[in-house]
Amino acid sequence: MSEPLIFHFDVDGDNFTSAGQASVTIKKDLRRLGLSSEIIRRVSIAMYEGEINMVIHAGGGVADVRVFEEYIEIVLTDRGPGISNIDQAMQEGFSTAPDAIRSLGFGAGMGLPNMKRYTDDMKIETVVGEGTTITMRVNLT
Amino acid sequence: MTVHELLQLPDLTALCLEDGEREIDGVYIGDLLSWVMGRAQSGNAWITIMSNINVLAVASLADVSCVILAEGVTLSEELLTAAKEKGINVLSSSKPAYETARLLFGSLS
Repeated sequence: MSEPLIFHFDVDGDNFTSAGQASVTIKKDLRRLGLSSEIIRRVSIAMYEGEINMVIHAGGGVADVRVFEEYIEIVLTDRGPGISNIDQAMQEGFSTAPDAIRSLGFGAGMGLPNMKRYTDDMKIETVVGEGTTITMRVNLT
Repeated sequence: MTVHELLQLPDLTALCLEDGEREIDGVYIGDLLSWVMGRAQSGNAWITIMSNINVLAVASLADVSCVILAEGVTLSEELLTAAKEKGINVLSSSKPAYETARLLFGSLS
């Protein structure tokens, strides 16, 4: 099996307006690899939601994307406050985002549900007070 | 119908027309960005009143055919430049979202 292609991004926690740089970049990278527009759409939206979450809640983090022959894996890692109730966080409409974020059009409580919606597999590892790692997978076959 | 053809409608003006030949396939209306990303389909015309930088990212990632800013909302020069760089079609409608959707409904169906 050939080695996966690896893309690494630092997500800046202070700059809300530049959030999405990693997803826009990965979109271009995946297009260059000749993947279908639907796959690209799913990966880049899932990643954007993750990026936005890291900016809103965790002061930034890192995003790693690995492209294997059979699937794409996205790993988002932050050192934020963690998620105390994952079931609640996964509910559409539940959000702890502050009002300033809502006025930008975010904080609809759709971030994590969208990440699940657009990926074939999603795993959340979180420790309150230490951080969160989310691993998502989009199948290519 | 293409974005270019849509511009024949009254009340619509082009703010940034980078891919006028893009086909419009349906319409989605919404201002909550994650909701739009979760529900809008590729090729939709997206009607919104939001006009910040994140709208451009969402339009690009959700792969909508164009953004239509309702209620006469426009983009700043800086954002228009960003829309151009990203190749996103942005239109402005002088009408509210509902009236704008009605205009599109008559043309798309």
